[in-house]
Amino acid sequence: MGKKTIKSIRELPRIIINTDNSVKKLIDLRELWQYRDLFWFLVIRDIKTRYAQSIIGVGWAVIQPVFSMIIFTIVFGNIAKINSEGIPYAIFSYTALVPWTYFSSSLTDSSKSLISSKNLITKVYFPRLVIPIAPVLAKLIDFGISFLILLGMMVWFGVTPSIWAAFIPLFILIMMLTAAGAGMWLTALAIQYRDIQYGSNFFIQLLMYLSPVIYPASSVPDKFQLVYALNPMVGVIEGFRAVLLGTHSMPWFYLGIGSASAFVLFISGIMYFRHMERYFADVA
Amino acid sequence: MVNYSIQVNKISKRYRIGLEQQAHDTFVEAFSEWISRPIKNYRRLRKLTQFDGDNSNEEENIVWALRDISFNVKPGEVVGIIGKNGAGKSTLLKVLSRITHPTSGQVELFGRISSLLEVGTGFHPELTGRENIYLNGTILGMTKAEIDLKFEEIVEFSGVKRFIDTPVKFYSSGMRVRLAFSVAAHLEPEILLIDEVLSVGDAAFQKKSLGKMEEVSKEGRTVLFVSHNMGAVRSLCSRGLLLENGTLVKDGDVDQVINYYLSNKNVSTAGRLAWSEADAPQDNEIILFGIELFSEAGEVRTAFQIDEGFEIRVHYKIKEEVRNLRLYLRLKTTMGETVFATYEDASIREGFIRKPGSYTAICKIPPNLLNNLTYRIYIGFDSPGYKVLIPGREYLEVDIIDTSDGYRYAKGAFDGPIRPVVKWDVKNQ
Repeated sequence: MGKKTIKSIRELPRIIINTDNSVKKLIDLRELWQYRDLFWFLVIRDIKTRYAQSIIGVGWAVIQPVFSMIIFTIVFGNIAKINSEGIPYAIFSYTALVPWTYFSSSLTDSSKSLISSKNLITKVYFPRLVIPIAPVLAKLIDFGISFLILLGMMVWFGVTPSIWAAFIPLFILIMMLTAAGAGMWLTALAIQYRDIQYGSNFFIQLLMYLSPVIYPASSVPDKFQLVYALNPMVGVIEGFRAVLLGTHSMPWFYLGIGSASAFVLFISGIMYFRHMERYFADVA
Repeated sequence: MVNYSIQVNKISKRYRIGLEQQAHDTFVEAFSEWISRPIKNYRRLRKLTQFDGDNSNEEENIVWALRDISFNVKPGEVVGIIGKNGAGKSTLLKVLSRITHPTSGQVELFGRISSLLEVGTGFHPELTGRENIYLNGTILGMTKAEIDLKFEEIVEFSGVKRFIDTPVKFYSSGMRVRLAFSVAAHLEPEILLIDEVLSVGDAAFQKKSLGKMEEVSKEGRTVLFVSHNMGAVRSLCSRGLLLENGTLVKDGDVDQVINYYLSNKNVSTAGRLAWSEADAPQDNEIILFGIELFSEAGEVRTAFQIDEGFEIRVHYKIKEEVRNLRLYLRLKTTMGETVFATYEDASIREGFIRKPGSYTAICKIPPNLLNNLTYRIYIGFDSPGYKVLIPGREYLEVDIIDTSDGYRYAKGAFDGPIRPVVKWDVKNQ
């Protein structure tokens, strides 16, 4: 390594640190691109360490939705006899549990991500946005595995998907935006107010009842439908049911309103996160 | 026109410290306190990020970690930042490395910047050495391609090649530090900010790291280096900055700044004091030749980890037989309170006589006893019942530092002058 020859210092990247409170760029893409490898290694870390020193390992990704399905089928399908739109209750609920489990677990991880990365935040600089977003990507592995089980169940129950299944990537995008948006909000709040951390688990649990996981969206009274559709997971879950189980046609109403609110949640999440990030190291 | 690689212009940083809780002595008070607590808590937490109004009530809860700091650094300059614990050195590095934001002022930096405030930031115990090199390297700002290029070199330097595919939780703490430092030593930013990281690891590795740092500083990189180790600062840096209570009190040639710092304190922070026979504190019977602070590994230092012990060695010469010689040592806080006092064991019996000759008395301070503070060593000689030989005085300062990555509330300075590790047992009745 020889001595570096720097022709002019002005050719080097320039960093200015000041007290300007406004966020210049919503997302500094150039900087995020510089740190793409860090982002990638954080995702890999999340994936590799999640099931380290565990016997069943990645099997846990399957156990949670499958066991929920079994319980739900017994309680809501057989005992409470909830309407499942003519589909066997097991596959009706599992189709919802696959995206729901992804959403709830990635949101849980994302909302506590800043607190668990406190050691990084107080010791080194990097774009903070990678922290809540990494778990949203890492959880896609679990989603993929439980989705494979869903395909197996469809073969077992003899259900054929419609050609609208080509829209599945859109559903995945909506649920990722929702998880990331809500995750950024919650984690930026939780680093300052730890109550959010304690409350968010409970909140996510409640949210399941506001999503059509154990019942079809059609059983919600008409006068509440508009408010109900604001939850982006309604569109996602009903979308999965429509294209995989053929319960009804594409739920454009839920998907339209849902993607709009997912987008608003995502953008406002970034804005709040970016506004608060200068304080993270001080309050962590 | 001179181009600077770092321009710091009137940087200040204030922190809010926790508000005292009020005691309450009636049930009604306690109850109403319980009811209103959430509101108070909310206000308190919200204030962590908001500073409104400068009324006197507010002032009490605010500490200025930095106040109007300005300086410029030319490309390739290696600058040592010195000062006592709590002088603002680390906060300054945190502001420059964009971890925390200044309350006022502006900094302009030219070039890629890496900060090393801790070795092994982001190390995950479940990941292998190899995976941690990549994770830690990218956290410190390298790209995967850069790490690929240097991977062999990093592994070679660390000396843990055999275990590179073993999860680091099976590493000894020494191995972990070596691996982490190797990653850090192979960073190639234009600006490097380093905080007290050389004080970890064993003596041999420290020497190696110091060598690596010297190499780095000769490559034309701009380096800001915080350390308590005056020897390291002197050998690595050409310029020194002295911070005191958040303000910059001296900026100039490194030797001048260090000398100013040491002479101004009347107490040495060098880790070693030695006198010639003419200047030594003495009496007719005894001469105090020197006092040194030794690490367990046998080197002279001024700063020690909270979990490492150290030795205070006192060299003295007896010229004439002394009856009941008593060497007393007190460890004091910088506020002048005595933390504890101790006496050279052999000499506290009545009628004891110490023969002429040269002696070294070694006082061993156990690990996990002191707090994350700066202490002063006070030493004196007397002969109880007969006379004072060398009156007691503060001679040396020692810094105890906690650089572990513990849980927030179990780290750093606790209340009180000492921080012993005490065994706890919790039983569920």
